[in-house]
Amino acid sequence: MSFESIFTIVIANILVQNFILARFLGLCPFVGVSKRFSDAFGMGVAVTFVMGMVSLFTNVIQTNVLDPNAPLLVWLLGKESPIAKEGLDAILRTVTYILTIAAFVQLVEMFLKKSVPALYRALGIYLPLITTNCTVLGVALLNTTQHRSLPEAVLQGIAAGAGFTIAILLMSGIRERIELLDLPKPLRGMPIAFVCTGLMALAFLGFQGMG
Amino acid sequence: MQMRELTKGIFSSNPLFVIVLGVCPSLATSGEMKTAFAMSIAAAFVLLGSNVFIALIRNVVPGGVRIPCYIIVICTFVTIADLTLKATAPAISDTIGIFIPLIVVNCIMAGRAEAYALKNTVFNSLLDAIGMGIGYMLALLLLSFIRELAGHGTLFGFPQGGIPYYKPMSVMSIAPGAFLLLGLLLGFFAWLRGLRKAKVT
Repeated sequence: MSFESIFTIVIANILVQNFILARFLGLCPFVGVSKRFSDAFGMGVAVTFVMGMVSLFTNVIQTNVLDPNAPLLVWLLGKESPIAKEGLDAILRTVTYILTIAAFVQLVEMFLKKSVPALYRALGIYLPLITTNCTVLGVALLNTTQHRSLPEAVLQGIAAGAGFTIAILLMSGIRERIELLDLPKPLRGMPIAFVCTGLMALAFLGFQGMG
Repeated sequence: MQMRELTKGIFSSNPLFVIVLGVCPSLATSGEMKTAFAMSIAAAFVLLGSNVFIALIRNVVPGGVRIPCYIIVICTFVTIADLTLKATAPAISDTIGIFIPLIVVNCIMAGRAEAYALKNTVFNSLLDAIGMGIGYMLALLLLSFIRELAGHGTLFGFPQGGIPYYKPMSVMSIAPGAFLLLGLLLGFFAWLRGLRKAKVT
């Protein structure tokens, strides 16, 4: 992996193709958890960590088990991979990924509860929410469709998480100010949050040329 | 009474404009009516299948493992929808990309399973899914109608002439326009609901 490709992946995922503002992924937590700065920060850190790890796991599973001629499976069975032979890889991909994510999030939750209770209390409520956060499954699927290698996939996961964190932090700052405004009643809450997101997306459009 | 199960998804608790669920794929696919139509068909199919199936197994599944069960059931129908779309309309499938597999984590499906299918009969769950599916489809078609007409000046890819001095605003077909339009539409529907409430009281 060259320096150039590292740079491209990081810049593309944080600024140019921001997961929230350009790819429409992860809007539920973006709108739901951006009311307070501290909550937004907790969510951003948790998502970044899970995205990096899930990118690693799904990439390993994809190349070793699901891909045609997956080396690990061929070595274990001593014959051609039955999954690719029967054309099951496309069928099994989504379910494998979502189960990997759910299992990993559950594992992290149990581990943190037992050994780092302070961090568990800080992240507690956000961790279970991450399973149904579409950025996580989204980055796993994007890694596969873009044929990323293992380090590239992990980097993409972390960079996308960082992009998510930046967007949700900016939004929480904006929303803390919006609370003080005297808005027309129908626009309060969700509608004005989406209008502000639109203006933020317009600002992020300025990065488009960098790709 | 059962008519109400059907119509509530269309107006009073529309999944997109009132409950505000499933926003990500709606915004991503509403740039053109064609993709929005395909997406809403896929989502309605998955909702129908998963709602009926979860209502069928609701007395067998223990409470502690119900969420993994939802995910597996929803995932099965999503895979069927994904592969069918890939086989029948490969061009549209390429445009929608990862958003069809992402129906798995769409809040509408899991939300209806948890809030409705788990507590109601199979027939009522079927009606609920049909209503919600139609409501979601109408919402998505409205969103994509405005975005495609304003952004490209076309509908379903066919150019619409006859609007004098109108130049397509390309901002509507990209991300910022989608967010702005959704925010304004949400505000509009909240305003309508406020008006109706004022009339009743």
